Amino acid sequence: MKKNLVPLIVLAALAAFPLVVEHNYYLHLMILFLMWVVIGSAWNLIAGYTGQVSFGDAAFFGSGAYAAGLLSHHLQLSAWWGLAIGGFVAVAVGMPFGWICFRMRGAYFALATLALNEVLRHSAAIAEGFTGGMVGILIMPTFVSKVPYYYVALALAAASMISIQWIVHAKPGYYFVSIREDQDAAESLGIDTHYYKMLSLAIAAFWTGVAGSLYMNYMGFIDPDVVFSLHDISIMAILVGIVGGVGTVYGPAVGAFIMVTVQELFRSGFFGLFEYLGRATGSAAVESMAKTITGAHVLGFGILVVVVILVLPNGIVGDWPKIRSAFSRNKIAA
Amino acid sequence: MDVFLQTLVAGVLKGGLYALIGIGMTLIMGVMGIINLAHGQLMMVAMYITYVLHLAGVDPYISLFVAMPGLFLIGCLIQHYLLNPLLKVETILPENQVLMTVGIGMVLTEVVRFIFKSDYKSVSTGYSNATFFLGDISFSVALVISFFIAIAFTVAMFFFLIKTDIGRSIRATAQDKDAAVLMGVNTGRITIVTFGLGSALVAAAGSLLAPVFYVFPDIGGPFTARAFIITILGGLGSTVGAIFGGVTLGLAESFGATYISMDYENIIGMTIFVLVLLFLPGGFKRLTKV
Repeated sequence: MKKNLVPLIVLAALAAFPLVVEHNYYLHLMILFLMWVVIGSAWNLIAGYTGQVSFGDAAFFGSGAYAAGLLSHHLQLSAWWGLAIGGFVAVAVGMPFGWICFRMRGAYFALATLALNEVLRHSAAIAEGFTGGMVGILIMPTFVSKVPYYYVALALAAASMISIQWIVHAKPGYYFVSIREDQDAAESLGIDTHYYKMLSLAIAAFWTGVAGSLYMNYMGFIDPDVVFSLHDISIMAILVGIVGGVGTVYGPAVGAFIMVTVQELFRSGFFGLFEYLGRATGSAAVESMAKTITGAHVLGFGILVVVVILVLPNGIVGDWPKIRSAFSRNKIAA
Repeated sequence: MDVFLQTLVAGVLKGGLYALIGIGMTLIMGVMGIINLAHGQLMMVAMYITYVLHLAGVDPYISLFVAMPGLFLIGCLIQHYLLNPLLKVETILPENQVLMTVGIGMVLTEVVRFIFKSDYKSVSTGYSNATFFLGDISFSVALVISFFIAIAFTVAMFFFLIKTDIGRSIRATAQDKDAAVLMGVNTGRITIVTFGLGSALVAAAGSLLAPVFYVFPDIGGPFTARAFIITILGGLGSTVGAIFGGVTLGLAESFGATYISMDYENIIGMTIFVLVLLFLPGGFKRLTKV
C-alpha cells in the first residue's frame, strides 16, 4: 500500500482539481495533459520497454480520431462510440505493419511507422468522399462544460497507466524488456519475440487510438494535418516519452506535464509575458519577438529533442539520481 | 506509345537525381548504421544556398561548388558535435541517434523558415523551362544537365570509394568497425568524413533540383522520405542498390503520376516501401549481392 501512496494522492488531487479550479483555460490544459499521459504511456510501452521505437504514433492517434469522427459523420452515431472502437481500429491499422517489420532487425519498424503515418495522412486528404478531405470532420461537442471531458480523460489516463504498469510487472513485461536488452538471448530462452513485439504494439496502438477518439470528442474538429501531424503528434509523443524517462512507469506522466507546459509556453508567448513586456516598454522589437516566439514551437521542440538526447538521455525520471547528485554537489560547493 | 516513352524519360531523369540523394543516405547508413532522417532537410539547406547565390546572380550549376563544401562542413559538424557524443552516452533507448537526426531536421527547417519565411521561392534560369525534342519526346534541358552532372558525381564517388585511401577506410568501417580499428583506421574521423560526404552529395542534388523545383522550408520532409525509401529499396548500405533504388522510385513516381493520378505521387513511394518489406526485405542488395 505504501508504495502506491504517492500515485493515489496525485490521483485524488487530480480528481479534486475541477472542484478547486473552475477556469476553463486550465481545465483545457489539464485535459491535454491527461491525453498525453495516455499517448506517452503507450509510446513508452513499445519504445521504452520493448525497444521498438515508433516514429509514427500519429498513425494510431489519427486512426482512432477518424474512427470516432466517421462514425458520427456517416452513421450519425454518437462519436463516443469511437472510444470503444477507436482503439481497435488503431490496432487493426498497426498490426499488419508490425507483423511485417518485426521479423526484421534494424530501423525497419521505425521507418515503417513513419511511412504508415504519411500514407494515412495523404489517403485521408485524398478520399474526400469518405473522410471529408482537407475540410476535415466537424461534430457538435456533447457537453458545453469541460468538466465531463476532464473526468473521461482522467479515467483513461488512470486506466492506461494502471494497465501498462500491470503488464510490465507481469510476465509479458519481463519478456518485453528482454527483447529490448538482447533479442538473441531472448529467443534462445524460448521467448516468441515476434509474438511479444506484436502484443506490445497492439497495447500501445490501442491506447493511442483511444486517445485519438477522445481528441475527436473533445475538440469536435479534426483534419488530416492535425491528427496525422508528424511534429505535433509523433514527435510530441516521443518527446513526452524521453523527457519524462524511457522505460519508467511514471516517466510519461512527468513528460506529458512538462511537454504540454512547454507547448503552451510557446503557443501563448510565455503566457503573454512578451506581449505584456512589449506593451509595458512600448518597444516594437519586443513585440515582434513575441510574435516570433509564438510561431517557434516546432523550433523549440527540435532544440529540445537535441538537448534532451545529449544531456538527459534517460529522461527526468530515469536520470533522477544524476540530477539530484548534480544539485547536491552544487550545494556542497557553495 | 509517346506518352509511355515520355513518362519513361521523365522517370529516368528524375531517378538520376534520386540516386544521388540515395547514395549519400546509404553511405551514412553503411558506416554509422543509422538512417539519417535529416537528409532531405540538408538538401533543403543546399537549395537555399543556391537560391541566395541565385539572387546574387550566380548560376545554380556554379553554386554547386559553394553548396557542396558548405554542406560537407555542416555534415561534419553535426556528426562531430551531435552524433558522435551519443556513442558515449549510456541510455536504454535504442536508436537515439536516429531521433537526434529528426531533431536536427526540425531545427534546420525552422531556422530556414525564420530567415526566409514559408514562401515558395523559385530559382528560375534561362533554361528552367527550356526543352528540346528527340523525335516526339521532349526533354527538359535543366533536368538533362542535372542528370549528367548527377552521373558524373556518382562515377566520381565510386572511384573515390574504390581507389583512394579514405574511400577504402570508409568501406572497411562499413564492413566491420572493430576490424577497421585494429587495422589502424581512425573510425571516429571516418564517420565525420562520411556524414560530410553524404551531406555534400545531397547538397549536389539540391542545387541541381533548384532550377526545376520550388524552394520552400518544408521541402525537406518528402525528400527525407524518398531517401529512406530508396535506401530500403536498394538495400541498407549498398551503393549500387541506391542507384537502382533511385531510378526505380523515379520511374514509379512518373508512371504513377501519368497513369494513376497526380494525387497519389506521395503514396506510390510508400506503397513501394511496403511491397519491398513484404517481398524483398533487404532490397536489391539481396539480388545483386553488391
